[in-house]
Parts: sequence; structure tokens; C-alpha cells
Amino acid sequence: MGSLIGRNLLAGAEPEVTADAGYPDAPPRMGFFTDTSVCIGCKACEVACKEWNAVPEDGLEFTGMSYDNTQGLGADTWRHVAFIEQDKPIGQSETGVARGPNGAADMRWLMASDVCKHCTHAACLDVCPTGSLFRTEFGTVVVQEDICNGCGYCIPACPYGVIDQRKGDGRAWKCTLCYDRLGAGQEPACAKACPTDSIQFGPLDELRERAAMRVDQLHDLGVDDARLYGHDPDDGVGGDGAFFLLLDEPEVYGLPPDPVVTTRELPSMWAHAGVAAATLLGGLAAVFAVHGRSGGGR
Amino acid sequence: MSSSGVGKDGLRGERPGREAQIGRGVRRRGRRGERAMVPDAEFTSYYGKPILNPPVWKAADVAAYFFLGGLAGAGSVLAAGAQLTGRPAAARALKASSLAAILGSTAALIHDLGRPKRFLNMLRVMKPTSPMSMGSWLLAAYGPAVGGAAALDATGLFPRLGGAATATAAVLGPAVTTYTAVLAADTAVPAWHEGHRELPFVFAGSATAAAAGMGLVASPLRENGPMRSAAVFGTVLEAAAARTLRVRVGFVAEPYRKGKAGRLMRAGAVLSAAGAGGAALFGGRDRAAAVLSGTALLAGSAFTRFGVFHAGMQSARDPKYTVVPQRERLAARADAEQSG
Repeated sequence: MGSLIGRNLLAGAEPEVTADAGYPDAPPRMGFFTDTSVCIGCKACEVACKEWNAVPEDGLEFTGMSYDNTQGLGADTWRHVAFIEQDKPIGQSETGVARGPNGAADMRWLMASDVCKHCTHAACLDVCPTGSLFRTEFGTVVVQEDICNGCGYCIPACPYGVIDQRKGDGRAWKCTLCYDRLGAGQEPACAKACPTDSIQFGPLDELRERAAMRVDQLHDLGVDDARLYGHDPDDGVGGDGAFFLLLDEPEVYGLPPDPVVTTRELPSMWAHAGVAAATLLGGLAAVFAVHGRSGGGR
Repeated sequence: MSSSGVGKDGLRGERPGREAQIGRGVRRRGRRGERAMVPDAEFTSYYGKPILNPPVWKAADVAAYFFLGGLAGAGSVLAAGAQLTGRPAAARALKASSLAAILGSTAALIHDLGRPKRFLNMLRVMKPTSPMSMGSWLLAAYGPAVGGAAALDATGLFPRLGGAATATAAVLGPAVTTYTAVLAADTAVPAWHEGHRELPFVFAGSATAAAAGMGLVASPLRENGPMRSAAVFGTVLEAAAARTLRVRVGFVAEPYRKGKAGRLMRAGAVLSAAGAGGAALFGGRDRAAAVLSGTALLAGSAFTRFGVFHAGMQSARDPKYTVVPQRERLAARADAEQSG
């Protein structure tokens, strides 16, 4: 634990996040690589997640947002498949619908399965006042539902809009990266159910290598739009435990383009609050000094 | 029945929505007239959905907590000052109002929990990275001090212990008023987080004005001199900090001027200024004027806190406040890499 002293653990790259959390002989950090270029939008991940984790039904709504009636991550949606219809091609792909001036098919349908990012610097965990949110030995971030008192602080702290409060229950819920399955040596339900291996589960180091190779492969195929998201340990959250290969800008999928863990600025916030408190105290002391004792002054 | 179809020769009878650029967002409510600061082309979203999950905090609980916590904390400082300078009636009234306010604010906090029966879990750990954890411990120390100060003053028992409690409350009070600004700023909510330098000063000023207002309402004319000066000090601090926030933060501070939050902020500023002006000019001569000015100061502070609360909510609900600044940051970084 001595190694923690003097280091900035609020932001920046942190390769040994599980060791820093106090696990001496932790297994390798586990995560997801979601390759959206092979996602077919079947939503098997959404269904498998709900079934395995007994996540309650949260309404059936027709949104008109392509095939997405799920809308976004929340307390009762831990995997969410986004659908985006665009009038531009993916590389040289053949859709058989229509052709643009350059001979390529002029439509593409982006699908991407979103999930909790299990950040290296997780704002939800940092701000949780009860210790309900914790870092597991796999480097993932999990809510302990027997401790959560529903204060709701984790919800606006998350830069991705993942965690939310369950209505009628009051507590905060999110993806656990199937902590129970991991403990039993199984892969998470969504990865298990994914028919195209768009969702890949494994040690984070291995996934990052595989993702880099996949991006190169897609670039060689002429899919210049392919890019990784959340893979960089030097980004604003110290890299995601669940990262993605996207075919367009992150915000097109409803992801923030440059998320930063809010607690990176926390030392500055406390400092400003301290100066403000001193200003209040000093200002009022000056007021009483000017007025003096009752009867003596004004 | 749809009359369109797909054959080998292409698409027939295509429906009118087919060319919609869906990835650019179709549900841009109220974007007309909002384009002053940002060109539309800069901003993309997923069907206009917010990126963040907006806070589930209720305004009636959390904004009220901001207000009551400030009223209590700054009130404790004024109470100690009044006691030290021979203004016992003002001191007694402010101790009582601080106790009532902190009880009310604690009740609001517990009421806002999803599981109120588990409120004691707040003291399960002590985490400097969680402003709510630090705030809970702060309240656990401040609450008894305020209670002791008020009760011992009212009963006249153990004057020395009462003095110690009054002093403790006065030292912890300023922290109680400003930590709530960190509580709001330590989130991904753009209007709160980007204002993290100024919000503690807005809260300190607003709290001082509210407590001075309470002092004007509750103390006799001969003792309210410092309250009048404190009202001016608090109002000026609050107005200056709020202005600095809007200027420095720029685009993301837009919600402080718009919609419900904008109306609340403006009402707060007007009421605070009127209250401070009224207190300074007439509060020392006329009891009715002092009460009226004090009431305006209290209302102004409450409006400001609700305004800050709603500005955060508005900025969390509109994806542009999340996406645009992050895009600009990425662009600036790319520029720096190219030139450097």
C-alpha cells in the first residue's frame, strides 16, 4: 500500500488498477472489446443480459429510432444496441439497394452494442459515499445492492450515462460484467450469446492487441472510418475496461467524444471551496470588526 | 399498407423519411434560436438523446438542501459574531434558525435517498473522493454543534460549553455552505462541473446573503448593523462570482441564462440586490423595512440555488453541452499536435 502514496490516482494511466485497489494476487484485468463492424443488431446480448441478471422489464415503447426501441443504458438496460441508418457506404460493401456516384453502395446501417465501460478511473466509484460501488479483483466496477442507499450521486458522475436509479426500487444498477459468471470461470452472458463475436471478452491486454489488428485489417479493406474508442490508457478516464471499434464519430452512437473523469479536478474543487469558505469567514469577521461591539458602533 | 418494395432493380416507392440523416439527430427540440454560440454542423447526437443520465435528485430536496445548508452554515458564523460583539438577541435567533435549517436540510437529504432507511450507510466509509461522504461527516460534526449552541443558549445552561459549541459551529459553518458546490461540481453535469471554480463562491455569497436576511428578520434594529453589511457583502460576492462563472465558462454556462434556470437566476439576482439595497438604506431605521429586506434576501438566495440546480439539469439533458466542448477540446489537441 505504500506504493499508493504520492501518486495521482485520480486520473492518467494506471496499469495496475486491481493491485492499487488492494488485491495482491489479482487475476488479469478482464474486459470487453465490442467490434461494431460485425454487429448484426440481433439484440441477443440485450436479451441474454436481462435473462441472466434477472433485470426487470422496463416498458415496451415504439420510438421510431431505426430498430432501437431500447433507447439507452440505464438501471434496467445493461446492454443497449444502437442502430444508425446513414446514406454513405462502408468501404466497398454491396447492399444491392442503390449506388452513389463512385460506384459504392450509398447506404449503411451501423449497429453497436453499448455497455458499462468499467473505467480505470471510474467516477461512479469515486463519488459513491457508502462504498457500495467497488473495484473487483477482475478490475471491473460493481454495485453492492445490499449497501446502496440510493443517494443517486453515481448517476450524474458517470460521463457516459450508464448507471441509473431503478424506479420503484430506489437503488442504482448497472452492468456487473457478470461478476458471478466470472467468478465461476464463465464469460459474461452477452459475450456468450453474441453470434458474430462482435462482443469479445477476455484479458484487457489481449483484447487491445486484437483490436489494433482488427482496425488495421479494416483500413486495408478500405473502411477508413474504423477507429477504436476507449482503448487508450492515457485518455480522460485512464482507458475503458470495455472498449469499442466504431465506424463513425462516438457521438453518432451516443457516446461522449472525449470523456474525462470528473474527479480529475477534485483537488482543485476542494481548494476553491476552501478559499470560498475562508472568504466567507474572513468577510464576516471583517464586518463584525468594522461594526464593533453593540452600542459602541452603529 | 406500404406501397414500397425492393427488387433487383432497386428501391420502389420509397417512403419520405428514407433520406433523413438519422445519425445527426432528428428530435432537436427547441434548437431554433439556440444557435447563437455554436454552428449546427459542429454537433451530432444519437437521435437527440442526452449522453449523460441526468441527476435523479429532486429540486424540492436537493436545491432546498443547498439553500438550507447555506442558511445554517453562514448563520452560525453570524451568530458567533453577534455573540462576541454583544448582540445576544441576534445571536440567539440565528442559532435557532441554523438549527432549524440544518434539521430541515438533513430531512431533505434523507428524503431524497432511494432507500431512506439506509441513510446511516452514509457513515459507513470516509472517502475524500466523494463530496457526499465528506459532507455527511461534516454534517455529523456540525449538526450536534449547532444543536448544542441553540439549546444551551435558549436554556442558559453550561454557558462555557455553549460558547464552545457556538465556536465549533462557526468554524464548520463555512465548510457546510461551500462543500455543496463541490457536491454539484464533482459530476459530469456540464454547467456544474465547468463552473467548479466559481460555484463555491456563488454558494458562499448566497448563503451569507440568506443568513444576513434571517438576521434582519429576526433581530432588533439596534443589533442588526452587521447583518446589513453582511447582506451587501454576500450579495456582491454572489453576483460577482456568478458573473465570472458565466464569462469564463462561456457556452456551457448558457443554461444559467436560459429557460427555467435563467428565470430563477435572474429573479434571485434581483431579489438579492433589492434586499441588500433595502437593508443598507432603510434596514437600520425601520423594522418593517428590515424584515422586508431580509425576506427578499432569503427568497433571492433560494431562487439562486434553484436556478443553479436547474441549470445543471438543463445542461445534462441537452447533448450539445456534453458533445460540443469535448469536440472543441479534441480539435484544440489535434491543432497543438500538428503545430507542435
